[in-house]
Amino acid sequence: MTGTLTGRQRFWWAVITVLVLLWALFPVVSIFATSFKLPSQLNLGLFWPKTWTTSNYEQILVGDAKTLFLSALRNSIGISLIATAIAVVLATLAAYAIGRLDFPGKRLILTAALGVSIFPAISIVTPLFNLWRNIGLYDTWLGLIIPYLSLTLPISIWTLAAFFRQIPWELEQAAQVDGATSWQAFRKAIVPLAAPGVFTTALIAFFIAWNDFVYGISLTSTDRARPVPAALAFFTGASQFEEPTGAISAAAVVVTIPVVILVLLFQRQIVAGLTQGAVKG
Amino acid sequence: MASITLKDIVKVYGDGYLAVKGVSLDIAEGEFVILVGPSGCGKSTLLRMIVGLEDITSGDLLIDGERVNEEAPRKRRLAMVFQNYALYPHLTVFENIAFPLRLERGQFTEEQIREKVRFAAETLELQDHLDRKPANLSGGQRQRVAMGRAIVRDARAFLFDEPLSNLDAKLRGQMRTEISRLQRSLGITTVYVTHDQTEAMTLGDRVAVLRKGELQQIASPRGLYEQPVNLFVAGFIGSPPMNFLPGEVEGDVLRLPIADVPLTPELRERLADRRLVIVGIRPDHFVDAALLEEHKRDAGVTFDAVVDVIEWLGSELYAYIPFETHPDVAAKLDELDRDLDGESMRTQLVAALSSESRVRDGESHPLWFDPARMLVFDPETWENLTYNEAAVQALDEQNEQDRKAALERAAARLSAAGTTPG
Repeated sequence: MTGTLTGRQRFWWAVITVLVLLWALFPVVSIFATSFKLPSQLNLGLFWPKTWTTSNYEQILVGDAKTLFLSALRNSIGISLIATAIAVVLATLAAYAIGRLDFPGKRLILTAALGVSIFPAISIVTPLFNLWRNIGLYDTWLGLIIPYLSLTLPISIWTLAAFFRQIPWELEQAAQVDGATSWQAFRKAIVPLAAPGVFTTALIAFFIAWNDFVYGISLTSTDRARPVPAALAFFTGASQFEEPTGAISAAAVVVTIPVVILVLLFQRQIVAGLTQGAVKG
Repeated sequence: MASITLKDIVKVYGDGYLAVKGVSLDIAEGEFVILVGPSGCGKSTLLRMIVGLEDITSGDLLIDGERVNEEAPRKRRLAMVFQNYALYPHLTVFENIAFPLRLERGQFTEEQIREKVRFAAETLELQDHLDRKPANLSGGQRQRVAMGRAIVRDARAFLFDEPLSNLDAKLRGQMRTEISRLQRSLGITTVYVTHDQTEAMTLGDRVAVLRKGELQQIASPRGLYEQPVNLFVAGFIGSPPMNFLPGEVEGDVLRLPIADVPLTPELRERLADRRLVIVGIRPDHFVDAALLEEHKRDAGVTFDAVVDVIEWLGSELYAYIPFETHPDVAAKLDELDRDLDGESMRTQLVAALSSESRVRDGESHPLWFDPARMLVFDPETWENLTYNEAAVQALDEQNEQDRKAALERAAARLSAAGTTPG
């Protein structure tokens, strides 16, 4: 958009923005409010808690649900980080080749990556479940990292390929003429330009792995490898007749916080990384 | 400053494409040499081989008499300005210019770097932009930053790869004089690649014309203009381009579509038994007969031309005169047009006349030309049958003397000012 908005336009944009924000944030606020409610007050029909309590948080962090939640948190962080790291390294190499070199099968790689990413996860979960049980990958970190790569790799390759395609590679040569060694040229001229793209891709890949539920619930059975989204389903109330809604809400808030913080810190880079390929390429 | 010598340089690309077919060149210290030719003639490849970004398939490249074929680019100590400037977008103008200095770790103190960058920025009038990022600069400013990066270094030679092709026409003219002034004042060996013959003619001490990876001719701009070695060089150099007419030899007369020209015994001998030739006449060699002094008229050929279109440019006037061509010659000229990246146009003759001329379009008007200045080419080999080697040498020697005098003057100015670059 160029030019300044007129008063009228500004008004309508504000209205639309508020509506979208309400629509997007209402569930988050609702979960946040619920996480501070006492189990007995869950069904009062009030939006905000009648009495604010941190008992739900105590339950998941130091109380009954501690083993379930903290081990799940550890699994989630570990598995997501490893899956992200592998995806970014592989995608960087692949995207470098796609963006920089000309080789037969270039289009095939991109098309295959796209195909993999639109393939519904639910349809391969059952065969994977059987396969993993037979080869001993069921309920292990590796058993989740591999399917997570199938989610994170395609999008990483696409994002990075778009990003790398518009890096002026001539700079590398210019740096060499300016007196740099090949390594110096890469580090001083190319890395500073490629880093934001790689970083953004890493964030996106991390979120995808972090948010996964289907694989997490299907390919794990104990707290050895079960990630947070799956673990939430195993929370139990204090008694059989009490719903664990409060504890689930508290856990949901805890796992949402790192994502929100990361996005807020790096929103500029994420937007730039996502739009660069699309707009300028 | 350094001399650069190319001996039989050949470049074959990985896919077997022969891009440069054995080019030999001697570039003297402090000389400004232009590599010019239409696209695909191998000029950029040649430059990239000199700087070391492209492997040399065979032949020798010598800088200051030392073979550097296998040296890495950084060891060759040459500075290059790229076509798209290749500025580092994440660095400020200051850091862009300082980049080569910072690479030589420990060589310069922070103070020295600042001093050198300041000198370069002043030379190029970039002082006000040192803190800006390249993205915020205009085309001309980016171009100057790229040049700044070249001049801060103690480079042995400057290499330019079509540096002005991304600028608009007005800026191009300004930067052209800027580059020329810079080269003279620094007295540094320079190799400059362009496809634009105007740049080649105005900038170079010597111009090397390339066609399909082969060196056609290397001479001073005047030498190329007046004594092109073949049809290609004749057609490439000069704007508007040289007129090519079919010439049929009939006894002692050369029959052109516009007039019959008597053959001198000398030319008659050079033509040998050729029946058909291509005749080249520069547009500015035509004169409006009405404006010609009477005593000159008999020395040349006067003919009546039916002028189709007139372009009055203030300083001169272009008259376009259609003519019937010979089919054999037309085929040859089509081939030439393709080589020159041009389109086959209708056969017409361009005469650059004095702006005082009273020629009107649609009118028949007497024009005059001197057959002694006419060039005659063999239609098969494209060779210039009227080529005069002695004349070229005389022109080149004169040019060389002028160049040396200019360099001495520049050196004298520098020492008088008490500053030395670097």
